[in-house]
This record gives sequence, C-alpha cells and structure tokens, in this order.
Amino acid sequence: MPVLEVKNLQKSFDSLEVLKDIGFSLEKGETIAIIGSSGSGKTTLLRCLNFLERPDRGQILINNGIIFDAADPRTQRESEIRKKRLHFGLVFQSFNLFPQYTVLQNVKLASELLAKERPDYKKNKKRILEEIDRKARFDLSQMGLDSKLDYYPHQLSGGQQQRVAIARALSLSPDVLCFDEPTSALDPELTGEVLRVIRALAEKRTTMIIVTHEMAFARDVADRVIFMDGGVIVEQGSPHEVLENPKEERTKQFLSRFSEQ
Amino acid sequence: MSFSVIISKLLESFVINCEIFAVTLAFALPLGLIIAFGSMSRFKPLSWLTKTIVWIIRGTPLMLQIIVLFYGPGLIWNNNLWGSGYSGRMSACIVAFIINYACYFSEIYRGGIESIAKGQYEAGQVLGMTKTQIFFKVTLLQVVKRIVPPLGNEVITLVKDTSLARVIANKEIIMMAQEYASKGLIWPLFSTAVFFLVAVGLLTLLLNWVEKKLSYFK
Repeated sequence: MPVLEVKNLQKSFDSLEVLKDIGFSLEKGETIAIIGSSGSGKTTLLRCLNFLERPDRGQILINNGIIFDAADPRTQRESEIRKKRLHFGLVFQSFNLFPQYTVLQNVKLASELLAKERPDYKKNKKRILEEIDRKARFDLSQMGLDSKLDYYPHQLSGGQQQRVAIARALSLSPDVLCFDEPTSALDPELTGEVLRVIRALAEKRTTMIIVTHEMAFARDVADRVIFMDGGVIVEQGSPHEVLENPKEERTKQFLSRFSEQ
Repeated sequence: MSFSVIISKLLESFVINCEIFAVTLAFALPLGLIIAFGSMSRFKPLSWLTKTIVWIIRGTPLMLQIIVLFYGPGLIWNNNLWGSGYSGRMSACIVAFIINYACYFSEIYRGGIESIAKGQYEAGQVLGMTKTQIFFKVTLLQVVKRIVPPLGNEVITLVKDTSLARVIANKEIIMMAQEYASKGLIWPLFSTAVFFLVAVGLLTLLLNWVEKKLSYFK
C-alpha cells in the first residue's frame, strides 16, 4: 500500500500551466528522486504537496485517505490544512532557519507549539517537553551536529545550516520528507556533507522525495527516478532505467546536456 | 532673578515636554501597528483609506495638525470639545502627536514586516504553525531588530518636536524660556538646548543598548 498517491495534479499560475496532470505514488521507505530542468514544475510539485500552493485539479492521498481534492472544498479548510501539512516535511533550498533561535531551539520550536494543543499537555508537560528535547537532540546527532546545539544559524556553514533544517523537518516525524534542491545553495565543497546525511536517511528507509540536480547522487540514493519536463512526468523507473537507458527522447536530451557540463 | 530659580522653572516646563513624549510613545507605538496592518490589508477599501490618512498626516506639518485639531471643533461645530484651560490644550496637543507619530511608525512597521523573507513564513507553515504563532514566534523579533534604528530616529525627532506644543500655548520649555527673552534675558533660551541634548543622549544610550541586545542573531 503506497504512503502517498498523487492523482491528476494540475497547477497554473495565471495562464502559465506549470503542472499538467501529474500522477505518481510512493511506497513506505521508498526514495524518489525528481530530476528535470528549471521550470519543469519540480518545485511547484513539492510546494503543492506541502500546501504552499493550492492545486487547481487533482487529489493527494496519504495511506489511501484523501487529504486533498481540488473538487471538494471540504478538504481545503484552512484549519485542517495546517494539520495535513504535518504529513509532509520540507527542506528548502535556502534552509530558512529561524535566525533568532539556536540550533536546538530551531528543531524543537514546532514540536513544542504543537504539544500545547494536546489535551494532556498541562498534566504531562514535563514529560512531553523532555521527550521533545530528547528527539531533537537525537535527530541533530544523526546529522552530526552534537557540538553545535547552542549555536545560532549565522554561526554555521551552509552545509551545517542545511543539516539543521533536515533535523527540523524530521522533528515532527512526517510520513514523507521532501527536499527542494537541498544542495543548490551550497558551495561545491559543502554539498558532500548534506548528501551524506540524506543518504543515511535513505539507508534507514525514510520515505523521501528529493528534487535534485545531482545526477550521481540520484543514481546512488533513489529507488526510483522521475524525470519531469514541461509540467509532466516524461519517464520514471529505476535509476538504472532512467539515467542509463532512457527511453524517451526528451530524457536523453536532458541527460546529455548534463553530462556535457 | 537667580540662576537656580530660572533653571527650576525651565525644568518644571520641561516636564510638559517629557509628558507629551511619554504619552505619545505609549499610544503611538501600538496604534502604529494597527495602522500598519490596515495599510497591508488585502481588503482594498481599508488599505486605501489607511494609506490616504497616512498620506495626509505625513504630508502636512505637525504644527498645523495641532492647530486644526485644537481650534477645528470649536470653529466648525461651535463646540470646543477639548474644554478650556491647561488640560484641554494638553489633550488636543497629545492626540495630534499620537496620530502623527502613529502614521510614521506604521510605515516603519510595514517596511519591517514586508522585509522578512517569504521563506520564514513558509518554514513556519510547513511545520504546522498557525499564522499567529508564525507572527509572534518567528517574525516579530526579526521585525523588531530591523526597525529599531529607523524607530530610534523618529523617537529622537519626537523629543524635539514636543516644543511644537507651544503653538496652542502649552507652556513647554522653549515657550517658558522665551518669556525670559522678551524680558531681555537671553541665556535661558540658549540653555534649553542642554535639556534636549541630555534627553536625546539618554535615549541614544538606550537605543544602542537595545540594538546590542538584538545583535546575537543576524
């Protein structure tokens, strides 16, 4: 049973059709890499999954339950969308850490705010907060950041900041963790450390969708590769199939342009 | 008249300047935020109305606003709603100051709020925060950090603007000093500069301290 199913997703900005009939599914523990040139709709797709954009058509299902249906306004209530977002985590290209909080606080903030909505919060406050603290420290140590807990974002390198952002996205234990070109804003010598922690997550069977321009990384880490162009999924399959033996002409063109660089 | 008597008279009248300053700040700082939200509203009539008010207030001299606000009701409706005497003149003056400064503050707030990167809101959203939580827990302190310097400028201007209160005969420090000048004693007028310099000096120290307190993040 797939964790995530996307059906017939469409999104236009004014007259520009960015997503045309996108459909795919994702199994639990699977890692998908989405590749494609700029403007192909990859980022918009991730933003739709995280409810930062509202699709014009289509459905999003989590564990076979419809969480979004463009034809059904009842699935689009603002109050519920906030909770539905929690099925997904998103790591941004530009990190977007909160500058006034330390690394540890960045990771804990959302969990602490959500905990206040629990009916048993007052009664078990101490235990709940300890649990949040433990999880945040654990996630950060997975990212190799034990020694940076009390640093502020501006005191860290880009690679360290992005690893904090990954720990923050993991803090609410999302069903699907999305990455929007996680290394594109980094100096080349810093991409390695970020790719390493994402690879470690893939090895632990974290369910992930990774939009990336790192072809070698996609080949290594992804269980499946999706090639998007012009707002449609042109080709998908194992990394070997899509990256080594593409069937579609457009995929071949895209990959050859990449190997030239 | 002895030196100490004159200084204590000046000090007494400077209390009026200080009072206008403190009450204006206390009301204009929050009112400015409300005006800022008005001018950023997606409900167009509200944002137009607010922007028009801000344009009028920023586009005319504060001195004129004080005069119109104080004499206007009496001249137009034949009803001096401020009442007579010291408290009436003082109330009219302070209300004019509050409206005027709230409009300036609102533009500073608006600039500060709009300068926060969209990614900060989006990061809060994808972490399941409500709009209120994002404002108070994520953006507010970043806004405060950015607006302290321009706000400090306005606050310092306010210290000196308080002497405009004299146009409707509030006996603030310069008006008091001029009474001595008209009697041929000029040094009290010059000495008023010291009062303003000390007040602004203290405020500058305070503002520097706040800026330093907020310098732990970028």
